[in-house]
Amino acid sequence: MTENTSFDVDPLVENVSPEPAVVVIAGDYLNKLTGEKIERECKDKLDAGAREIVVDFSQTEIINSIGISILLGVIDNAQMAGAKVVFSDLKPESAELFDMLGLTKHVTLQ
Amino acid sequence: MIEQSPKLIHAFGALAELGQEVANKNNFQETIRTSLHLLSGALGIMRGGVARYSRYAREMNMLAIRGLGDEFPLSLSVCVEDERQFLTNGLNAIDAHAARVLPFFQVYAASFERRHIELFIPLIIRDEIVGGLFLGEKATGEPYSSYEKEIICAMGRHIGVAISQRNLLAEIERHSEENRRLFEDLRRTYADTVKAFATAIDCKDKYTEGHSVRVGKYTELIARELEWSPEQIEGAATAGYLHDVGKLTVERKIINAPYRINAKESAELNKHPSVGYEILQAIHHPFTDVPLAAKYHHERLDGRGYPDGLYDREIPYIAKVVNLADSFDAMTTDRPYKARRAAIDVVDDLRRNAGKQFAPELVIAFLRGVLRELKSETKDRRFRRLLGREYMEAEGLAPAITGALNELAPTSSLTYIAARSGSE
Ligand SMILES: [Fe+2]
Ligand SMILES: [Fe+2]
Repeated sequence: MTENTSFDVDPLVENVSPEPAVVVIAGDYLNKLTGEKIERECKDKLDAGAREIVVDFSQTEIINSIGISILLGVIDNAQMAGAKVVFSDLKPESAELFDMLGLTKHVTLQ
Repeated sequence: MIEQSPKLIHAFGALAELGQEVANKNNFQETIRTSLHLLSGALGIMRGGVARYSRYAREMNMLAIRGLGDEFPLSLSVCVEDERQFLTNGLNAIDAHAARVLPFFQVYAASFERRHIELFIPLIIRDEIVGGLFLGEKATGEPYSSYEKEIICAMGRHIGVAISQRNLLAEIERHSEENRRLFEDLRRTYADTVKAFATAIDCKDKYTEGHSVRVGKYTELIARELEWSPEQIEGAATAGYLHDVGKLTVERKIINAPYRINAKESAELNKHPSVGYEILQAIHHPFTDVPLAAKYHHERLDGRGYPDGLYDREIPYIAKVVNLADSFDAMTTDRPYKARRAAIDVVDDLRRNAGKQFAPELVIAFLRGVLRELKSETKDRRFRRLLGREYMEAEGLAPAITGALNELAPTSSLTYIAARSGSE
């Protein structure tokens, strides 16, 4: 299959003052390649001063273990930077899984 | 247990994916990184690392880390006591807090605490430590349950196998490299011995000093011209260097006789091919034809040679090559009773004797090689070095060779076929 290109950080970055927030759209399938890109770019935004990261799951159908690991990385980086993580439009099945694995403890659901 | 089943299904999915990843034998580093992702994602583990164990250095060297920060050591020392305990423990999760009695957990206590390392799993495959897993806290903040530890160990076993496979591969590569080097050394030793032998043979024959060495070189030039493989070329050169080894047993005064020797002396001298064969037969050569070349290097296509008076097809090909090289050197060097012949005369001799003494395709290959050097088509100056510049620059030599070649080989395909059949 072709590389997943539905994820792109830059055009979707919104800087909302006074609290700079970054919106990240997780693609339809969060795999290692796209996932590690998300993680890296979130880190860059955090380093650049972002105080909130919103991960938009409206297009996301499948999240496997690698996807979970990536999201844990995003959460960890955000926490270390003292930033907040928001998951938006999470499908119920995903929410259940996130709950079970403890991710929802560290994020705000929207 | 019922409410845990989706969690189990999720974890087993990760385990299956990990098995796939390891079986796929992708890039090793990538496999390990993916493995760590799968393990973290399977159970919601916030941070961790995979290390490979170096038995020689007694070190756990990190291959992949997630969320451990810059301060976490990338190489952790393991002492004999730790090693022993890990082996006794087997591939099972060790609680980092409870294991404080071990030096390993004392030494790195600060690092482990800072990054909340809760579990360490020594990766033991076939009673050998191959690596280790370092796992931080779960996202839920709850302690690891026993079934989670089991899943971790199952995944750890896959990762351990991947590391172990990698180690084996590296070992095989190292051995084959060692073998190659060893073989190379042997080959060089053999080549040096051959040359030393050739020099020893030549020492006995003061009038034809350097004969064996030159015949070795001419033989090599012909083999090259025939486009033989590097190994065949080396074999041919060896045959040339050693062709007269039988002369070592011939009385010095016969070899060095400054006159045409008589029948009795001649009979003595003519034993040298068979004696050479006996000497060389006793040695194990990397090239099979060396003894045969010595035995038959005085045979002629027309059956008038010695020792067996073989005809064309009965003569081993390598012996024909050495015969040409040998005769060429005899014609182009001064002998006790005879001065060297002019280059043009030598060409003429070769042409006239092609089909009688010499295999025509070999004469063609040989002359073609000389001509190419004369016309500077090659950077090689081998013939010039062996024959002297003046000799090679004799007037009319190039046209004489061209003429001989045209007479011997009206089409070039002939030489090609000859070269091919010779290399079999
Ligand atoms: Fe000889
Ligand atoms: Fe000879």
